[in-house]
Amino acid sequence: MSMWRPDPTFYPSPKMAMSAPAEKLAFVAMLNGKNNGRHDALGVVDVDPASSGYGHIVGQVDMPNAGDELHHFGWNACSACLCPHAPHPHVERRYLVVPGIHSSRIHIIDTKPDPRNPKIVKVIEPETLAARTGYASPHTVHCGPDGILVSALGAPDGGGPGGIFVMDHESFDVLGKWELDRGPQELAYDFWWHLGFDTIITSEWGTPGMVNQGVNPEILLKGGYGHKLHIWDLLKRRHQQALDLGSEYQMTLELRPAHDPTRAYGFLGVVVSLKDLSASIWVWYRDNGKWGIKKVIEIPAEPADPATLPPLLQGFKAVPPFITDINLSLDDRFLYVSCFGTGEFLQYDVTDPFHPRKTGSVHLGGIVRKAAHPKQPKTPLNGAPQMVELSRDGKRIYFTNSLYSPWDAQFYPEGIRSWMVKLDAKPEGGMELDPKFFVDFGELRGHQVRLEGGDASSDSYCYA
Amino acid sequence: MSGELAIWSTLFLLGAYHGINPGMGWLFAVARGMQEHRARAVAWSLPPIALGHALSIGVVVLVAGLVQMALPLTYIRIGVAVTLVGLGVYKLIRSRHFRWGGMQVGFRDLTIWSFLMASAHGAGLMVLPVVLAGPHAHHLAAAHGVSGVWATLVHTLGYFTVTAAVALLVYQKFGLAMLRRSWFNLDLVWAIALVVTGFVALLV
Repeated sequence: MSMWRPDPTFYPSPKMAMSAPAEKLAFVAMLNGKNNGRHDALGVVDVDPASSGYGHIVGQVDMPNAGDELHHFGWNACSACLCPHAPHPHVERRYLVVPGIHSSRIHIIDTKPDPRNPKIVKVIEPETLAARTGYASPHTVHCGPDGILVSALGAPDGGGPGGIFVMDHESFDVLGKWELDRGPQELAYDFWWHLGFDTIITSEWGTPGMVNQGVNPEILLKGGYGHKLHIWDLLKRRHQQALDLGSEYQMTLELRPAHDPTRAYGFLGVVVSLKDLSASIWVWYRDNGKWGIKKVIEIPAEPADPATLPPLLQGFKAVPPFITDINLSLDDRFLYVSCFGTGEFLQYDVTDPFHPRKTGSVHLGGIVRKAAHPKQPKTPLNGAPQMVELSRDGKRIYFTNSLYSPWDAQFYPEGIRSWMVKLDAKPEGGMELDPKFFVDFGELRGHQVRLEGGDASSDSYCYA
Repeated sequence: MSGELAIWSTLFLLGAYHGINPGMGWLFAVARGMQEHRARAVAWSLPPIALGHALSIGVVVLVAGLVQMALPLTYIRIGVAVTLVGLGVYKLIRSRHFRWGGMQVGFRDLTIWSFLMASAHGAGLMVLPVVLAGPHAHHLAAAHGVSGVWATLVHTLGYFTVTAAVALLVYQKFGLAMLRRSWFNLDLVWAIALVVTGFVALLV
């Protein structure tokens, strides 16, 4: 496994990573949203405009069991291997760590020698995960300087607490629970870090029991879903500080810290406010050794005819934006925001993180709008912008349109027809849908996208 | 005299070889400079990194000196050789990498980090055959203290010179892009070097 030169996809700094060659393939989690016994799969999509297969699924590996609900996934190794305190860059970015959020099963998938024909090389069963960590419903996967960290929503019985566990990045053995002292933290969802500050940030959704039957209106209206961020000492594995947005803000999900390791701030997407169904983006920041958080973007709900709304929303006579995913370009300049309710995809210039400037908006799908794609301008689409991924050079944006099958059914009860699209970003802001790129997932649903060689949420860096 | 010069030169050059490995210190100094946005942070990182390295070498040399009081030199040479070959082979088979500490480090952390990093790589062991081949090695029981200290200092001087020069040049001038192409797997080279040194120690 040891090589003579560093893996060519590792870059010391985010700035250098922006000069990486354009990706030719994308890996996409494809889940079976229907209860028909079909297995989930990892798909390989051709994203090379010069190829005849451009915009098509050119490879696929089926999971060995049914009912995994593939969701997020990540690489065995990335640019963090270049970090100076634990350098080991002579490993390959080669294996995808692909958990099922329902089954708690973790698949290790080898993307070499033929990335169009990936193979499952190891499966970690939920019993092993539970025995070694006490956790279930694995979610976010990040390759770190000295191992793979994975967040988990909760315990095998469906309750809490959720947290983070560690996997060996060579053997892929599950090593154990990451936390030594979790303080008041109970709920978990996403995590990422500021390697330059030895700090981990974690966010909150709900325990497996709170989310796997769909959004629970009782819990929601009581403000029972997550509304905090947690700051941790990465080395001591101890909770340091909780940042509470207040229970009005429900579901503090995706975390995108600045890629520049010398900057200690980042962006958080909040799904919904109980006050007015708006969604919001917040910035956390370090100030004199303490951490603070501030709302910087608020996206209002749009009034709607109840007849056009699913039962869950009819009483509100409005369609909420529902920010379910965000992503940040490697130069920390552009923030992308997916609104799963209204079907809007937004771009902000966040050069000044406290004063974002809207620079682009595209409509596609949406509960009410059902906006069409230029490739099939007469076909209304459902689902809406959701999992978004950016190329390292910041020029290409990809997103898929499903959220999580029990939740998809509440917001799009007619059943989501799943697709993946691509946009081209303009250098000074603004973006356009690529009319030639429209992937139809057929009976399956696309979720997270990972780009060959790395993307804007796969790698972390120790050098500015 | 020329034999002695060869010993000191070898110690210095081994230090230089340890210093040029990005994993052994200069890269960390560069990272500190980048994190703090100033060249001074690079310079300030160098003394603790050199100190930690010197301690790691010094401890091994000292232990060898103490063992020498009790055992004949030949036995020690064989012991060192076998350990070197064993460590080298182990590193070739199992590429476990070193892990300790983070990015926010002070003088103490950097010293400990460098000590552990050098020790984990068997840096002191690699130096030992050279020390044992020195002219004082035969009548060492009393004199070893002095020559051991000198050996450590000369080695560390070689290490420090290269570490400092590379760190400052990379920080001020060249940048880190070269890491991607020119960072040979020195751990692999290192493992082979350990094995070779072990065999040489047996033969000399």
